[in-house]
Amino acid sequence: MKKAVIATTSLAGCFGCHMSLLDIDAKILDLIELVEFDKSPINDLKTFTRECDIGLIEGGCCNSENVEVLKDFRKHCKILISVGECAIMGGLPALRNNIPVKECLEEAYLNGPSVAGNNEAGIIPNDDELPILLNKVYPCHDIVKIDYHLPGCPPRAGLIWEALYALLTNQKIDLPYELVKYD
Amino acid sequence: MNQIIKIEIDGQVCMGQKGQYLVDVARENGIYIPTLCNIIGMKPRGACRLCTVRVNGKLMTSCTTPISNGMQVETKSEELDNLRNGIIELMFAEGNHFCPACEKSGNCELQALAYRFRISVPRFPFQFPQRDIEAGHPLLIKDHNRCILCKRCIRAIKDESGKSIFAFTKRGPKVGISIDTTLSAKMDKTLAQKAVEICPVGAILPRAQAFRSPIGTRKYDKTPIGEEESSKKDPVAL
Repeated sequence: MKKAVIATTSLAGCFGCHMSLLDIDAKILDLIELVEFDKSPINDLKTFTRECDIGLIEGGCCNSENVEVLKDFRKHCKILISVGECAIMGGLPALRNNIPVKECLEEAYLNGPSVAGNNEAGIIPNDDELPILLNKVYPCHDIVKIDYHLPGCPPRAGLIWEALYALLTNQKIDLPYELVKYD
Repeated sequence: MNQIIKIEIDGQVCMGQKGQYLVDVARENGIYIPTLCNIIGMKPRGACRLCTVRVNGKLMTSCTTPISNGMQVETKSEELDNLRNGIIELMFAEGNHFCPACEKSGNCELQALAYRFRISVPRFPFQFPQRDIEAGHPLLIKDHNRCILCKRCIRAIKDESGKSIFAFTKRGPKVGISIDTTLSAKMDKTLAQKAVEICPVGAILPRAQAFRSPIGTRKYDKTPIGEEESSKKDPVAL
């Protein structure tokens, strides 16, 4: 059987969802029988080398680069899955959604307790190379079409496994109660 | 003398007393109807509409509908599930519900309902409304981000003279529930704790407490909401 191709990325996330994927323990051996990875932090492939069957998205969109990467994933993946609360609803980064970006940057670089007094020139990074912060942190499905959502912070390893296994083996998914959690 | 009435819920013959509300009769007969704003033993308000069922073919909130002889009730159907899920999803989209950062997570009734119905994402766009946190009270924190305006605190938490300690402020989309600073000044710890417990979400929290129970040991970590009421054979498939 031809192996399915998976790509993964972490946008405005903490890599916790990737850790949870690795947390499927010995089942990772079963997974690797079913799939191979394309662009992913797991194999450190930076660009897509082919069309992928499944794209796993961790994190929401907080800057212009996140949007670009997400659109690239949509273009290259047949099925796109939002993995975790950040991808689904912005998550903790979206706590800034009611604070103007200017205020956030000033807190981070000028006034916050860890920086106050250490940035005498009052520099807020704005190099052209840096992605531009968006006015808000957006859930992934606000930017592109997302086919499935796996909630959790992080989603339980079992949930990621059950969902992937059902998808890869073309079976109906019946999620156990204990696996669907928002924290 | 109490008059016993016979009704039919999902094809099951159920008994109740005249004047009893449908949601209570269902519960006493082992049938779970999801509720959120309802408080057992208190006058219902019908605020959340989550307990909507079909009564003789008509959509009605079961917490405010007294039973009548021969009533035909339908609590489970694709249509009703869709309506209920829609209400839950609206509440998640309308407020700022950051479950991973909420002390009530795992013990929250709104979250538990979403778990029970396996909601993975609301169908509505998240609004991220601008809301404040009231932290002026010595015992309680009122977080407007999480408040679903169910009125449970207004109805249940009263001072010695029977006045509500919580009240609506403002109107329309800006409406919120606030603590009355004058009335609540004399609030003791027991009443404050009752307010925390009556809130179905994490909108009323005790000060200086934060997270208490580890994940896996909280109320709804393993047991779905309504499990104790619902019939034994297929508790989760509602």
